[in-house]
Amino acid sequence: MPRQNRRVVITGIGPIAPPGLGIDAIWSALLEGRSGVGPCSIFDISGFRCPFVAQLPADRFDVKQVVPKSYRKATKVMSRDIELAVGAAHEAVRAAGLITKAHEPADGKVTIPADRMGCHIGAGLIAAEENELTAALATSRKADGGFDIAAWGATGMQNLTPLWMLKYLPNMLACHVTICHDCQGPSNTITCGEASALLSVGESMRVIGRGAADACLSGGAESKVNLMAILRQQFAGRLAQATASDDPARIVRPFAKDAIGGVAGEGGGILVLEAAESAEARGATALAELAGFGASQSFCADTVGADPGRDGEGIADAVRAALDDAGVKPDQVDAVVPFGCGTPALDAAEAAAIRGVFGARAAQLPLLTISTITGNCGAGFGAVAASVAVQALRTGMLPARVNGDASQGVDAAPVAARKADLKTVVVYTPSLGGQNAAIVLRRAS
Amino acid sequence: MSEPRIVVTGIGWVTGLGHSIESVWKRLLAADSGMEPTTRFDARTFPTSFAAEVKKDFDFRSFVKDPSVHATAGLNSQFALGAASQAWKQSGLDVKPPKDPRRVGLYLGAGEGVLDFDNYVATMLHAWDGATGKIDGVKWAARGLASMDRLKEIEQEPNMPLAHLAREFNCRGPAYNCLTACAASTQAIGEAFSILRRGDADVMISGGTHTMIHPLGVTGFNRLTALSERKGDPTEASRPFSVDRGGFVMGEGSGMVILETLEHAMARGATPLAEVMGYGSSCDAYRITDIQPDGRGAAVAMLAALRQAGIDPHARDAQGRPPIQYISAHGTGTKENDSIETKAVKRVFGDMARDIPMSSIKSMMGHLIAAAGSVEFITCVLAIRDGMLPPTRNLKNRDPELDLDYVPNQTRAAKVDVCLSNNFGFGGQNDALVVTRFRG
Repeated sequence: MPRQNRRVVITGIGPIAPPGLGIDAIWSALLEGRSGVGPCSIFDISGFRCPFVAQLPADRFDVKQVVPKSYRKATKVMSRDIELAVGAAHEAVRAAGLITKAHEPADGKVTIPADRMGCHIGAGLIAAEENELTAALATSRKADGGFDIAAWGATGMQNLTPLWMLKYLPNMLACHVTICHDCQGPSNTITCGEASALLSVGESMRVIGRGAADACLSGGAESKVNLMAILRQQFAGRLAQATASDDPARIVRPFAKDAIGGVAGEGGGILVLEAAESAEARGATALAELAGFGASQSFCADTVGADPGRDGEGIADAVRAALDDAGVKPDQVDAVVPFGCGTPALDAAEAAAIRGVFGARAAQLPLLTISTITGNCGAGFGAVAASVAVQALRTGMLPARVNGDASQGVDAAPVAARKADLKTVVVYTPSLGGQNAAIVLRRAS
Repeated sequence: MSEPRIVVTGIGWVTGLGHSIESVWKRLLAADSGMEPTTRFDARTFPTSFAAEVKKDFDFRSFVKDPSVHATAGLNSQFALGAASQAWKQSGLDVKPPKDPRRVGLYLGAGEGVLDFDNYVATMLHAWDGATGKIDGVKWAARGLASMDRLKEIEQEPNMPLAHLAREFNCRGPAYNCLTACAASTQAIGEAFSILRRGDADVMISGGTHTMIHPLGVTGFNRLTALSERKGDPTEASRPFSVDRGGFVMGEGSGMVILETLEHAMARGATPLAEVMGYGSSCDAYRITDIQPDGRGAAVAMLAALRQAGIDPHARDAQGRPPIQYISAHGTGTKENDSIETKAVKRVFGDMARDIPMSSIKSMMGHLIAAAGSVEFITCVLAIRDGMLPPTRNLKNRDPELDLDYVPNQTRAAKVDVCLSNNFGFGGQNDALVVTRFRG
């Protein structure tokens, strides 16, 4: 008997974003309307359009503190993106009350058998750490300063550590997480830009739904706080035009008439998804139900999707598919977590999608705009957004909103945190490239 | 209610052996090799200076409807467009496109695009301060913004082949790209199959595309000592299962398939080429550099695929044959892979393993990394169609520890109805697919 549609619940969330690791730090920043945007501590990036980023400070997160002692050596081969995923997974597992191999249990007993544990983590195009690579490249220079590929091939490349490439393969996020927590079930790495985390959550939902696993560590992580990613964000028209004297807290203005663009961010999150029957059996608390998932591809007139178009039709398709999957009508949705990174063209497409799906209600349907804290953390964004949606459902609170306005016919104007009776929340992410993913979360019964 | 059956209605590939189904297949059956000295960059001093490159006569513009909408496509997207156009055409969907583009999805295992190496390195070195060992961000930004090309950079994102195919074939359904190293496109086909079985689309374009034949790609694999560094004739460098195997040889290209529900295929009068019956996926969760030494993870994936297909690995069929008549091996030609894969196959099939022919086309086509699974899946479809098993080239001296039937050196005729296609990714992902002859 095929088990295509087992119910799936979320039993743990582990978001990571500039305020820190874990929902508490992020949630309190959101309730207070604090910004996550500031100067970049790694490089002087004043040569780009925007001198600010949404960065997680070193004193708020140290990956060495979250991996098992026996695994600390492996942190040497972790790029920033991997560190974020490993940290997020640690937090999600803790929040879900799971005992995994990472806890090195004395009796060897883990909550969920390794072969029933899957892992789906979205990843970006990971940039090589600049100083490390250039130190090696610089050994192979010609007299005129140019690069000497013959010297590189003969000897220069020896200056890179043998495992160098393994820091940058996108599936190394899942590789490290699956090793730490011993997830031997299905594991995948989705690389669809900003849609990656929710596509991963959707795939986990299907894998659990069809009985191929009982639980999954699922989400995504990415750091765009590096030179190549910032350059690509600028080329894609995603960065705000700003100067160092501007107020960093005012740069990102989701859905505002005076929006000027976004900032590069870093972050992500892992959620613990479980078959409802498995969570019930072990007496775990469901934080929310993952009730529906939908995915779509937008038509991109420019092919690559740097210009998102204005109609938002592809985004609306994904949201409608997720609602349909959940058996929820648009008028039953209580709030939406959009992408809303303050890039005028994309914000306009998103607003059109929201108006298209929710009709006249769009102007009153609360949007939870989080990009003032996260910036664009690419493949990680959907996981922060999903975690925030879960927290809103759990606490019956809507966080504060800053910098937006109501000009696009959607509810994005500044407002303080407030109580709300939330039963159903939609989260969606459109990617640069045209992929869209959406999920429907329901308050746990 | 039983789940829908999923069939293959189109196949296409672009590889170092050619860029049409029949031309490449002919060369595989002739045990021909695509390996030659590397031309994509000056690799003469690299430890490995040969590869199976897609030849310069491949021009994606001759495959697509309107080349102008793909003007900035990177090599990976160009290969994908070439392969997918063949598959789309064979399926008949070019003549009569699906009514609702929202029911047409994509699931690719495409690799990232090729770095703009010269400008990238020049920018790095320009901004490098040797005294401090650090990059000057301001100098980097000035040089990078001036020298790098806007669209070339965007085209490197791993979801760009997806964007190009969506544009070319007007796909508006679920769209994914996964990148689980060498397992990616097998996993993509498996997940596309799962999406169709669940009823979330009628048609899926699936497969992979990749090239890592560029300076940092070869550097990365050379540093890992994963590539063959054999001197002499490059066509002898890829030696899966051989006692003197020394690593894989890089290939490049794309394999693409059209999968659809049988109901949809029949309603439009399409001819199924094969049926996908099972998909299994697992993760080693072992070490970042090594495979589980006993082959357990790989075996779990194979067993899951067989179980879904309703195949008992220990039961012979009505004709007395093993339940699987051909295994397309991952067979990279590294010491570790070939030995553990052999163990894993024995773990699954027991004593019957020796009766199942298993070959590696990587011995001829090289390793297409993320795209490897897609071309090997297509090989299974063709083995069923023609009753021919492509050989493992360069297998003159089998490793005495490896005692399966690797179809050494020469193509073999065999009645094949059920195939298993295996791929294992660096990073621990294992994927297997069961492909069968279509019976109406």
